[in-house]
Amino acid sequence: MDFGLSEEHHMVQRMVRDFAAKEAAPTIQKQDRLGEMAPHVIPRMAELGILGISIPVKYGGQGMDYVSLGLACEELEAVDTSLRVVISVHNGLSCLTLLQWGTEEQKNKFLVPLAKGEKIGCGAFTESGAGSDFAHIQATGKIDGSFYILNGEKMWISLASVADYAVVTVRTNPKASQAYQGLSTFLVDLNSSGISRGDLHGKLGVRAGSTGWIAFQDVRVPVENMIGREGEGFKVTMSSFDSGRYTVAAGATGLIRAALNASGAYADQRKVSGEKISDLQLIQAKIARMSLDYQAARLLYLKAGWMKNKGERNTKETSAAKWYATEASFKAASEAVQIHGAYGFSDEFPVERYLRNSKGAMIYEGSNEIQSLIQADYALERRQDKKLRKECPPYDQDSWT
Amino acid sequence: MKIIVCVKQVPDTAATMAVENGNISWGDAPLIINPWDEFAVEAALNLVADQGGEVTALCLGKEEETEAIKHALAMGADAAVLVSDPALKGSDNVAASKVLAAAITKIGEVDLVLFGQQSVDTDTGLLPVQVARLLKWPSLTLVSKFEEVTPAENSLQVVRSMEEGNQIIKSLMPAVVSVTKDYGEPRYPSFMGIRKASKAEYPVWNLADLGIDLPSSSISWPEVNEPVEQEIVTEIIDGDTAEEKAKILVEKLIAEKVL
Repeated sequence: MDFGLSEEHHMVQRMVRDFAAKEAAPTIQKQDRLGEMAPHVIPRMAELGILGISIPVKYGGQGMDYVSLGLACEELEAVDTSLRVVISVHNGLSCLTLLQWGTEEQKNKFLVPLAKGEKIGCGAFTESGAGSDFAHIQATGKIDGSFYILNGEKMWISLASVADYAVVTVRTNPKASQAYQGLSTFLVDLNSSGISRGDLHGKLGVRAGSTGWIAFQDVRVPVENMIGREGEGFKVTMSSFDSGRYTVAAGATGLIRAALNASGAYADQRKVSGEKISDLQLIQAKIARMSLDYQAARLLYLKAGWMKNKGERNTKETSAAKWYATEASFKAASEAVQIHGAYGFSDEFPVERYLRNSKGAMIYEGSNEIQSLIQADYALERRQDKKLRKECPPYDQDSWT
Repeated sequence: MKIIVCVKQVPDTAATMAVENGNISWGDAPLIINPWDEFAVEAALNLVADQGGEVTALCLGKEEETEAIKHALAMGADAAVLVSDPALKGSDNVAASKVLAAAITKIGEVDLVLFGQQSVDTDTGLLPVQVARLLKWPSLTLVSKFEEVTPAENSLQVVRSMEEGNQIIKSLMPAVVSVTKDYGEPRYPSFMGIRKASKAEYPVWNLADLGIDLPSSSISWPEVNEPVEQEIVTEIIDGDTAEEKAKILVEKLIAEKVL
C-alpha cells in the first residue's frame, strides 16, 4: 500500500497552486464583490491545459491521471470555489461524460475542442422542479426525422452563460414503464437556434462564477449528438455525477485547507490579554478538527481517484468523499469565521467567502441527503453496482499520453 | 547556442523558518526551485527559441533533492546535470562557485551561463560574479533584457536594471549573466513537460568526476539567531477628511522621527 503522491503529482499540484496564487488570488475579493469571474481566468486555464487535464492526449487533453485532476481541484478551490467549479462542469460533467459514453466520432468532434479549451462545456441536468428527483425531469426531446426537438428549461447550471456546449438530459420516452428509463442525453451546441440563457444573481456563494438557466424552445439537435443510447440518459447522467462529485470532493478538501491555513495564521497573530489565541485550547480544538477533517477528506478523494485510475467503479467512494468533504468544509469555514471573530464577518478576510462558497457544494451534484441515502443503500446491501455498457476508462499512461 | 542555467533548491517561500539547535529549519515544508532562477530558465528558453540550441539545467545539491532540476526540465530545459558530493555539505559560495565553474568547464562549449539574480535562502547574489571570475568570462549582473544576441560574432547586448536607471552593455560571449525579475514572468511547467521531467534521467557528477579536490570554504555560520520579536502598536487615525487624516499622520511620523 502506497499513500505517497508521485513526483508528477507533486509537480501538478505546484503548477496549479502557482497559477491560482498568481493569477486568481490577487483579484478574487474584487471579483466576488463584482459577482463575476475575471475574464482572463478561463482562457488562461485553457492555455495551460488545466481544462483538459485528465483527458487523453489523442482527444486533445493533457493525458494526466484522475489523481492529478483531484489535486488540481484541491488547489483551485483553496483560492476560490468558482475556479474549481469550472473544472467540475467542464472537465467532470462534460469532457469525462464524453470520454466515457461518447462514440469515436463524438469524441473527435466535441471532446477534442473541449479538452483543448477551444470550447467550454457544462452539464445541464437540474430543473427548477427536479434536482434530487432527477428521474422526473420535465424537459423533453421528440424525434423528428434525423433530429430531436428539445423543449424545457434547465436551472442552476454552472457556466450557463459561458459554455459553448452542454451535456443535456431530457425525457425522450414519456411512456417508459419507469420514469428513469425514458431519459436520453445529448451534446447540445448552445449557440443553436431556440436557446436562451442567462445568469442567476443574488446567490449566497460562488459569486465569482456563472450559475444560470438554459431554456430550450424547439431546439433541433442532430440524432448523432445523442450520448449513449435512447433511454440511457439516467445512467449517463449518474456517470457524470461520479466524475463531477469527485471534483467537488477534492475542491471542498481545498476549501478546508484554506480555512485551516487562514485560521492558523490569524490565531497566531491575534492576541487576547497578551496571549496568542492559538495558545487557547478552545481555539486549538477548532483548528485540530479542521486538520483532522482535511486529512480524512483528502484520503477519501484520493482513494476515489486511485480507483478511477484503475477503472474500478467508485460511485460509493466518490459519493462518500463528496459528502464528507463538503460537510467538513462548511464546518471548517464556519469555525474559521468564528476564530476570526468580528473580522471574520467582513470580506476583508477571505473566511466569510469560504463559508458562503461551501454551502452550495452540500446541495449541488447530488445533495448531501442524497449522498446519505446512497451510503445507506450500500451499507444495507440494497444497492449493487451493475456493470455499465460503457465504464469510465481507467488511466493508462501509454495510451493516454 | 548552448546555455547553462544554474538552478538551486531552496525551502518553499511559504515555509515558516525557525532556528532549532543552532540550525535553520523549515519543518517539513518542501524544497522548490529558487524562484529567482525561474526567470533565468525563462530567459534561456526564449533565447534558444530565437537562436536555436539547447538549455542545460545545472544544480549543486543533494542527490535526492531533485525539485529544482525537475522544475527546469518541466519548464522546457533540454537536459540537466546534478553535481552532488557528500563532502560538499556546508560549503560556502566560494567553494560552490569553484564546483560550478568546474562543471561548466566539463560540459564545455558553452555560450552563456545564466543565474537568477540571487537565491531566496542565503540572498548573497555573489555566485554569478564568482563563477564568471573563475571562468575568466564577462559578468553581466541584474540583466532584465537581452537586446541583441549574435552567436556568430560571440556577442550580446543586454540591459541591466539598476536603481539609478537602465544600463546597456555590450559584451563578448561566453559570459555569465544574472537575470532579474524585470525580465518577465516565467512560464509554468506544462503538463507534457511535467511528464517528461518526471521520467528524465541526468548525470550526477561528484568531485572526482569533475577532477577537483574539495574546495575550502572561507565562511562558516557559527551561530544563527532568530530576530527578536518586535512589539507592534497599531493606531487607526481618525479624521473627517483624507486631508485631515494625512495631516495627523504626518505630524505623528515627524514626532516619531520617521520623517
